[in-house]
Amino acid sequence: MRQIVQSANTPRAFTIRKLSPSPRILVPMSVKRLRGLLLLFPALALGGCHYVLLDPSGDVARQQSDLMIASAVLMSLIIVPVLIAVGVIAWRYRASNKKAVYDAEWDHSTYLELIVWAAPLLIIIALGAMTWIGTHQLDPYRPLTRIAEGRAADVKGQPLQVEVVSLKWKWLFFYPQYGIATVNELAAPVDRPIQFKLTSSDMMDSFFVPALAGQIYTMPGMQTVLHAVINKPGDFDGFSANYSGHGFTDMRFRFHGLSPQAFEQWVAKVRAGGHDLDRTAYDQLHQPSRDEPVHYYAHYSAGLYDRILNRCVDPGQMCMSQMMAIDARAAQGAHGEMHMPADASSQAPAHDAATH
Amino acid sequence: MPNRSAFWNFLLGRLSMDALPLHNTIVVVTFIVVALGGAALLGVVTWKRQWGYLWTEWFTSIDHKKLGIMYMILATVMLFRGFADAIMMRAQQAIAFGDNMGYLPPHHYDQIFTAHGAIMIFFVAMAYIVGLMNYVMPMQIGARDVAFPFLNNFSFWLTVSGVLLFMVSLFIGDFSHAGWLGYPPVSELHQSPGPGVDYYIWGLQLSGLGTLLTGINFVVTILKMRAPGMSLMKMPMFTWTTLCTSGLIVVTFPILTATLLLLSLDRYIGTHFFTAALGGNVMMYINLIWIWGHPEVYILILPLFGVFSEIVSTFSGKRLFGYSSMVYATVSIMILSYLVWLHHFFTMGSGADVNSFFSLTTMMISIPTGAKIFNWLFTMYRGRVRFDVPMLWTMGFLFTFTIGGMTGVMLSVAPADFLLHNSLFLIAHFHNVIIGGVVFGIFAGINYWFPKAFGFRLDPFWGKCSFWFWQIGFWFAFGPLYILGLMGVTRRLSHFTDPSLQKWFIIAAFGAFLILLGILSFVMQIYVSIRHREKYAVGHDPWGGRTLEWQTSSPPPPYNFAFVPKVHERDAWTHMKESGYQRPLQGFNDIHMPKSTATGVVLSALGFVFGFAMVWYIWWLAAVSFVALIAYAIHHTFNYDRDYHVSADEVNRFEHAGNWATDPQEVRA
Amino acid sequence: MNVIATESTAQDFYCREEPHGHNGTLLGFWIYLMSDCFIFAALFACNAVLGTSYAAGPTGADVFDLTGLAVNTALLLVSSVTFGFAMLEMTRKRKRAMLGWLAVSGLLAAAFVGLEIHEFVTMIAEGAGPDRSAFLSSFFILVGTHGLHVTVGILWLIVLMVQLGKHGLHEANIRRLQCLSMFWHFLDLIWVGVFSYVYLVGVLR
Repeated sequence: MRQIVQSANTPRAFTIRKLSPSPRILVPMSVKRLRGLLLLFPALALGGCHYVLLDPSGDVARQQSDLMIASAVLMSLIIVPVLIAVGVIAWRYRASNKKAVYDAEWDHSTYLELIVWAAPLLIIIALGAMTWIGTHQLDPYRPLTRIAEGRAADVKGQPLQVEVVSLKWKWLFFYPQYGIATVNELAAPVDRPIQFKLTSSDMMDSFFVPALAGQIYTMPGMQTVLHAVINKPGDFDGFSANYSGHGFTDMRFRFHGLSPQAFEQWVAKVRAGGHDLDRTAYDQLHQPSRDEPVHYYAHYSAGLYDRILNRCVDPGQMCMSQMMAIDARAAQGAHGEMHMPADASSQAPAHDAATH
Repeated sequence: MPNRSAFWNFLLGRLSMDALPLHNTIVVVTFIVVALGGAALLGVVTWKRQWGYLWTEWFTSIDHKKLGIMYMILATVMLFRGFADAIMMRAQQAIAFGDNMGYLPPHHYDQIFTAHGAIMIFFVAMAYIVGLMNYVMPMQIGARDVAFPFLNNFSFWLTVSGVLLFMVSLFIGDFSHAGWLGYPPVSELHQSPGPGVDYYIWGLQLSGLGTLLTGINFVVTILKMRAPGMSLMKMPMFTWTTLCTSGLIVVTFPILTATLLLLSLDRYIGTHFFTAALGGNVMMYINLIWIWGHPEVYILILPLFGVFSEIVSTFSGKRLFGYSSMVYATVSIMILSYLVWLHHFFTMGSGADVNSFFSLTTMMISIPTGAKIFNWLFTMYRGRVRFDVPMLWTMGFLFTFTIGGMTGVMLSVAPADFLLHNSLFLIAHFHNVIIGGVVFGIFAGINYWFPKAFGFRLDPFWGKCSFWFWQIGFWFAFGPLYILGLMGVTRRLSHFTDPSLQKWFIIAAFGAFLILLGILSFVMQIYVSIRHREKYAVGHDPWGGRTLEWQTSSPPPPYNFAFVPKVHERDAWTHMKESGYQRPLQGFNDIHMPKSTATGVVLSALGFVFGFAMVWYIWWLAAVSFVALIAYAIHHTFNYDRDYHVSADEVNRFEHAGNWATDPQEVRA
Repeated sequence: MNVIATESTAQDFYCREEPHGHNGTLLGFWIYLMSDCFIFAALFACNAVLGTSYAAGPTGADVFDLTGLAVNTALLLVSSVTFGFAMLEMTRKRKRAMLGWLAVSGLLAAAFVGLEIHEFVTMIAEGAGPDRSAFLSSFFILVGTHGLHVTVGILWLIVLMVQLGKHGLHEANIRRLQCLSMFWHFLDLIWVGVFSYVYLVGVLR
């Protein structure tokens, strides 16, 4: 099994280290081999289909997938015998089988009861320990500490930053480090950690590239964060996984995993288009549309993402950040300074941004 | 309606001819079919002069048995509606690939999946379980009726008025397209200005109130009206699960009411509970609705766990293994189900500690559930298992539900849920537990208790057909969805671009077709059994039952038991049979019974009018119907004469005329 | 057990006499109140979440009138006491005194509702209506739902007084009065929560 103990520099390390011995024992040593086996069954039935959740190309999705498979395997330790026992016992004690023992009064056995409760309990303790660690380690807000099995992330290097906005019904991506923006097309260099910050203009969507990492909701006026890395070059599906109205079904985009050189070329291609995403262009983009083609923008107005997040693209509107600052002052400091969604370094869960 | 005069606007609110979906062929055809069918039904009733009978013996009846049967009929009718939606979705997804956009535009498709979910949960599954509990529970505890018989009738008619609002939305205006839980922002006024979400809100408010009253009613019935000697730990398992479900109803349905109230205030008076602007918080809706929504699925499954417990023990001819452990398992499921709601949105970004907590509580539910499965297994062990139709459904349940439980635990692992959330894998999972658990349980229960209710058995041939079509159809319909889920296909899509997926959707559509055959076989089963009811006639105890409902005649008299039974042991009826109990045939007393009343029908009809008026902004009508509702309720409280006596002579006549048989073995043969 | 003669066991398996009906109304009503608690719990939760979302608008300190609130609270609490007196008179079977105390309770509650409506109207006139901010939405709905319950209570009280006048202290009426009494005290309890959490905490934060 992959190394589960994480680097000690995060505050959660203590809990994780304390718990880490158990999953090493409990997780089957060869999830990889099991994955192969699992893939075999449906693949035999109908070839040519890609089970992206069982064989993703990004490290985060891969770890999530491992946990999914491990949980299925652990569960089948108990499920398979039970299913067989149901069949065997029902058949053995069928009414027509007069040879079988019949004991109408037999309705209790402390010993059996103990097993009956203990067996699922043990499985759940094992699975629970794995889940606890996995949930903390794969928390989307947590910066990556590794980019693949056995390959630590470069701590000094900046992750690729992408700001994501779900619009009705298309995806807008800002690349603040490059000053470019795109619609319905996303690209990232292979093996470089990516930090997504996500929000939505009006609806609640879910940003999901199955090959890359698990999904996360995008919500208006709130920011969520997702860290991920793509390990293989390729062209992957991305879409919204949360229903958001009539155009939802077409709310798809392409995600390109590119070599560093190809990524630079891609950035150059976006810049070459020369279009500018200013307020007018954004207002146009903001109109509901289905099946929107890819757009490239060589520039965008400074702070546009923050204004979308704070719901004040229209200069007549008060920004939520400002509104919340006023509210926080009005609250006489009883709750201190409230978390602002616009705070770029914030790793606070979305709840914090909105519950106060 | 810009050209309409102020008078018409006042009179009709926002209702106009435009609200009739005359441009939509599918709806028009549906309307014609429903209208013709309805007219035929009404015609037959009128022609046979049955209105009086229906009114006095059924609609106004407060007998828990008749209400139970009416709930079952209502649920079956709604099953057709909900299933029609299902098969339309399957057809759309099977053809809408590439250039082919299918036959349903998104705004229609979205209404269909919303209606399918809401109807199946609220008006099929809920109505079925309330019907079963209504019919069986009072008899299992040796009671003559529930604690509040009038409320019981009122609850039923409230459910009907909710159903009517849903059905009317088909033909006047449209229905919500916000998904079965009506998440904002889609359900907010600026995204759904039409009447659809309002139909959804008022339909659920009316029927939700009915369900809440039912919950209170059943809790009091079980706590207060058990036969002498029946301590809590001697209650039949089905009664235990009814108690737990009713308890859950009491603590969760108010939250649904409050949540929908807040949503309607956002829509009607412009408050900011769930808006993005001015401080509202959409996450609050999602939390609140799932605080109701998760316990709701346990509300659905628990009574069926009770049904399976009764059936396994009866058809194994054995006491239920580990009774007390079953009780504790049920109670712990009830409590845990209140602590897991957040697992429906791990992906909201609540942070690792919160997600882990809810992940673990969710997994913990599988411990008592697993214990239950083992207990059923050991009940069969050393038994004499008879594979009659109810037991077949139970076997199907054991296989199917267990697998559904396994995929459920996979989903409960928070990191895995980030991949699986909202995917077709999830859809397959919950249909796996809802169909494999709830639906199979309902059919098991219907086959099991039908002879009690009508005095004749259901035809086993068509029963087996129904079972096998459902069982095989289920795997054809949802197996592909598991697979598609693992390919990363998400839910609620009305059109696909990747042609390689199509074969799976075609298989799924074929599965839905098999399930259709299963439903038709069920209808056929009822029809054939009624036709040959002489042939299938049975006595009071056709299966060798173990609990008190099998002590009285089939169908039972209005008062259930001529003498209130005394209970000494669990499986009270088995104990009575083993102790050589003789049925008393004389010495009857007058029996005190509640009178029928039309109040429930009238109040619910007014509730329907109120709901309709609110949906269409017909304020005067809303006010009038609301005042009438209050006034009629007050009027009802001035009636103190609510009981009557069944005289000892009448009891004597019933007791000598009923459908009895002394030896259950003889009847079965 | 099987050996015992049928004659004696047969007697043991059923009640020869009709048992006395157990009336579950009080228990049922109590359970209803618990379920009502959950409605209020949901509304309190909203207030907890949205209580400082002023949307740059008025805060609790700006709009709450604590003097009026003190009067209001006093009215409601006293009405609970006078309802208690009515119940005492009921147990002494003194119908007129009972009706008198009931009337006093009803009037106090009506005054409470009147003051609350006045408060709402004033706030809305000042531009602090339920559509101004999430904080105000949650305030109006929580306090309004309580007020609506009190109004229903008053209506119920009037109807019951008519019935008591007409039919006297008859078993069903006593039961109804006991239910109403529970309802009345329950609303007081909720008000204590509203008063301390929504108003006092609302002004302090």
